[in-house]
Amino acid sequence: MGKGYIKLEIGDAMAIDEGLRSELSKQGVFTTTLEELLSWGYNWGRKNSVWPLQFGLACCAIEMIAASMARFDIARFGAEVFRPSPRQADLMIVAGTVTKKMAPQVVRLYNQMPEPKYVIAMGACAISGGPFKEGYNVLKGIDRYLPVDVHIPGCPPRPEALLHALITLQKQIEQDALRGAKAPRHLKPDEPGEFPVPEYGPHDLTPSHNPEVWKPPVVIREG
Amino acid sequence: METLEQIKARIEAAVAGAKLEIIPNPGPANQPSLLVDTAHALAVARFLHDDAALQLDYCSNVTGVDWPEKAITEKIHFKQVVNGVEREFEQVIEKVRPGFLEAVYHLYSMRLKTGPVILRQRTANRTDNVRVASLTPVWRSCEFQEREVYDLFGIIFDGHPDLRRILMWDEFTDHPMRKDYVPPDDYEYEPTPHGPVQEKARRHYPTENKE
Repeated sequence: MGKGYIKLEIGDAMAIDEGLRSELSKQGVFTTTLEELLSWGYNWGRKNSVWPLQFGLACCAIEMIAASMARFDIARFGAEVFRPSPRQADLMIVAGTVTKKMAPQVVRLYNQMPEPKYVIAMGACAISGGPFKEGYNVLKGIDRYLPVDVHIPGCPPRPEALLHALITLQKQIEQDALRGAKAPRHLKPDEPGEFPVPEYGPHDLTPSHNPEVWKPPVVIREG
Repeated sequence: METLEQIKARIEAAVAGAKLEIIPNPGPANQPSLLVDTAHALAVARFLHDDAALQLDYCSNVTGVDWPEKAITEKIHFKQVVNGVEREFEQVIEKVRPGFLEAVYHLYSMRLKTGPVILRQRTANRTDNVRVASLTPVWRSCEFQEREVYDLFGIIFDGHPDLRRILMWDEFTDHPMRKDYVPPDDYEYEPTPHGPVQEKARRHYPTENKE
């Protein structure tokens, strides 16, 4: 080995036969298309430098902070640059209880982040409302208003769980293509670029969820 | 520290016209409290704060209590002469105690390391006359806590410098800690519902008919 070279071919993806391609790769000849190479490099760069937005809502934030410190060291995965501005962030880690009073601000911050952007819902409260689910003042999960990429259960989840979520997200980023069905949301013209910010109503947030993102489960009770 | 009876007697001597009542607490805490009328509450609070023997300079806690309308039964014994013989009768009277809201203050003295003295104010009812006197002019620490009581119970504190909601948003119209508060009907799903949540589950989802 060691004498491999990369053949650049401009044209449609998968122009080369898959069998021939694997045969060639066994001989040390690697073939690819320009688009594949670009999206691979693009995704490789993005997945290893995910910049989270620096904010925490409750006790899960303490675990998130622990994950960023020396013992767990989120820098090993390139996500140590917590940004104080949504304009510089790629990832929103919703770490903690989202109260109904806080929800519009969280959605607004998400709207202010540049594409491509991702959401990790961390902890029981952020994914479902947790112990406050049947209360009047806590949102029953941030996925009511935002497209969540990774959910982490736990109360609070350990820093390792957050690292696992980050690795899961990196695997998702790896799959992103530049065109077609696998392309991320911001490359599809008909997908929403901005998510409606809920408004404070007299009894509850209006609307109580964004039907484009989330629909109530269809449940049939037994017995 | 003086007993509550002694404090009450001294307040009555110092603040003319103050209507005070000692509310006993029959529970294990045995911590009686002082009910004060709203018209003289501020003067009484000023006295408790400034008095040299009490020096209650710290209000650690303000909270609210909702007392809804309640039916109470009382037994009355009376004697009546029937056919020349005096006999004892018992009669059960049903009364409705009107509802009211209550603001409770826990007062301590930092300087003398004594306390607490518990002060209560009651509103006239739960609907249209829900005003009590704000004690923020005497104890600055009451400011946020009275706002919280206003937010969650709907008690209006006269003389408060900035009475706004503090936990819920400004557009919110309910008072969630009241006994008759109805939360928004947003039940979705619970894997193992029980109690009141099970009632919600029954209302929201039909039963599967297993033929």
